[in-house]
Amino acid sequence: MEPVRRIRSRTVVLPTNDIDTDQIIPARFLTTTSREGLGKHLFNDLRLDADGKPNPQFPLNDPASEGCAVLVGGNNFGCGSSREHAPWALLDYGIRAVISTEIADIFRNNSLKNGLVPVVVDASTHDFLLANPAIEVDIDISRSTLTLPGGKSVKFPIDGFARYCLVEGIDQLGYLQQQMDRIRTFEEQRPWTP
Amino acid sequence: MGTPKTLFEKVWDQHIVAKETADTPAVLYVDLHLIHEVTTPQAFDLLRNKGLPVRRPDLTLATMDHSTPTTPVSNFKDLLVAGEGAAAQVRQMEQNCNDFGIELHGFDSPRRGIVHVIGPELGATQPGKTIVCGDSHTSTHGAFGALAFGIGTTEVGHVLATQCLLQRKPKTLAVEVAGRLGNGVGAKDLILAVIGQIGVDGGTGHVVEYRGTAIGSLSMDARMTVCNMSIEAGARAGMIAPDDTTFDYLQGRPYAPSGSDWDAALARWRKLPTDQEAAFDRTVSLSASDLEPMVTFGTNPGMVVGINDPIPDDHGDPSFRKALEYMRVPTGKPLTGTGVDVVFVGSCTNSRLSDLQQAAEVLRGNKVAEGVRMLVVPGSQQIKQAAEEIGLDKVFIEAGAEWRESGCSMCIGMNGDTVGKGQLSVSTSNRNFEGRQGVGARTVLASPMTAAASAVAGSIADPRPYLDRS
Repeated sequence: MEPVRRIRSRTVVLPTNDIDTDQIIPARFLTTTSREGLGKHLFNDLRLDADGKPNPQFPLNDPASEGCAVLVGGNNFGCGSSREHAPWALLDYGIRAVISTEIADIFRNNSLKNGLVPVVVDASTHDFLLANPAIEVDIDISRSTLTLPGGKSVKFPIDGFARYCLVEGIDQLGYLQQQMDRIRTFEEQRPWTP
Repeated sequence: MGTPKTLFEKVWDQHIVAKETADTPAVLYVDLHLIHEVTTPQAFDLLRNKGLPVRRPDLTLATMDHSTPTTPVSNFKDLLVAGEGAAAQVRQMEQNCNDFGIELHGFDSPRRGIVHVIGPELGATQPGKTIVCGDSHTSTHGAFGALAFGIGTTEVGHVLATQCLLQRKPKTLAVEVAGRLGNGVGAKDLILAVIGQIGVDGGTGHVVEYRGTAIGSLSMDARMTVCNMSIEAGARAGMIAPDDTTFDYLQGRPYAPSGSDWDAALARWRKLPTDQEAAFDRTVSLSASDLEPMVTFGTNPGMVVGINDPIPDDHGDPSFRKALEYMRVPTGKPLTGTGVDVVFVGSCTNSRLSDLQQAAEVLRGNKVAEGVRMLVVPGSQQIKQAAEEIGLDKVFIEAGAEWRESGCSMCIGMNGDTVGKGQLSVSTSNRNFEGRQGVGARTVLASPMTAAASAVAGSIADPRPYLDRS
């Protein structure tokens, strides 16, 4: 995995609450055996009309969203299905961080494994971001800070291990493989076997 | 006796390979890894690229359910799967299981079915196990007192390669349900009421334990319905303490222990329930006796009301308003009487034999209303067979419903079973998200009884009058 240390970008705002992974990538696009190229299906049924033309009302189609790498969602972003295709699609489209007041557990785990940064902020910071689309923000992963225009900076919670893996570009499987002796010992010593 | 522990804490502690620290998450051992065709191809690619074997194929169990057809088996040759992508997934699953030595309950297996139906049915799901699957409804298996949760494809790769996961310990939430469910009110209504009460993010970061007299009196099928939808409240997992109902269900199943192993397992399982003095991080309570049949009116499972209750006002919440606009339902009135196009009985939430029996009880001697399409999809081939042995297939067919092969089907609409644009579906599945059952589909989640009553009425209907006949 490539290290992810700092993301400086304008924001694109999807103010709806409870944006689920079915909205992020509808299930009919999951009949793939690859993780590549899913960006073209990102928010497919919201971003595109029935003929595949961009829906001008959808924020990602606003010319001001061009090149934005930070998505601000409503409360409880990423709920629903465990499909990792959701972070894959966001990353492939060019989104590198998602900001909300709350990010669903499985989506957050999947995002961190792929270098998509989940940023949870307090309600007032969130309200400010929702009300001011397309502002430039600076996300510093090693310091766990989100800095707004004008220099106001807020801390966001991120598990220390996940942050270390992001910043150093470490694949968590490698860490687990290093535990193999302990895994073997656990299997040998447990009082019952599944 | 040490410190009093909850059911979750006991199972968690028994699977710690390495304790969590401030800097590192816990290494958690996985006893059963369930896999299906949609969320695994990229994980097997990872193993191939790194030249890794599956560490414990003996603890890995595979089936195909999401993109498989449910059309009657005689038609399979014409319509193997809906589209090339699905066909490739199915072929790759067969290849992957073959290459890595994993037992697959594939197309020809009489044990094929929805992954969360066959795990318990085979007796592979057992109290005290840790169970994971690349599917959020893995929470279903918590009904047996297992710690079971959904993971993403990268984590599927981790488990295939190491049989372990890196996890931070979740918090605990007790959902205390007193009283007893009334006639015509089922486990689906109970869990929809819980989600309505705590919200679709009410369980985020928590493992739920469902407790209380109402839970203890539920059958295993009903407990699975409850735990299945834990994820719809955002919870990491849902669990129910194992008891004699659990043990009676498991005894004699093909993957359950037998002989002296059974006795040893039973002794271990009886120690799992939460200790009396153990504390939960949070507790919420409700009474089952007060519940009515529940129906969702919006685009997430927390937007739910009693079947005779009016849809609440949006209180100026734009997300709420947007959901009602999508659903095209007015506020201030109950959903009863709203016209129905499609009725779906199935999914890992409500496709077990007792679910089918409840739907059949409402349908018996009745007809599906003209213009309504009703699809009944058993959760597994074994359930299909059991249902046919007691004549349920005939009840459904005579009423005018379609009786299908097993699979996820119209819950997720990946296999060609979809709801048309703008159509209203009363569905026993778990998600009423926008477009979940098909582009533009409008989904009302309900119990099998309410779904069947709505099929007969041709509009959303309270099932209780249909059950009070005779």
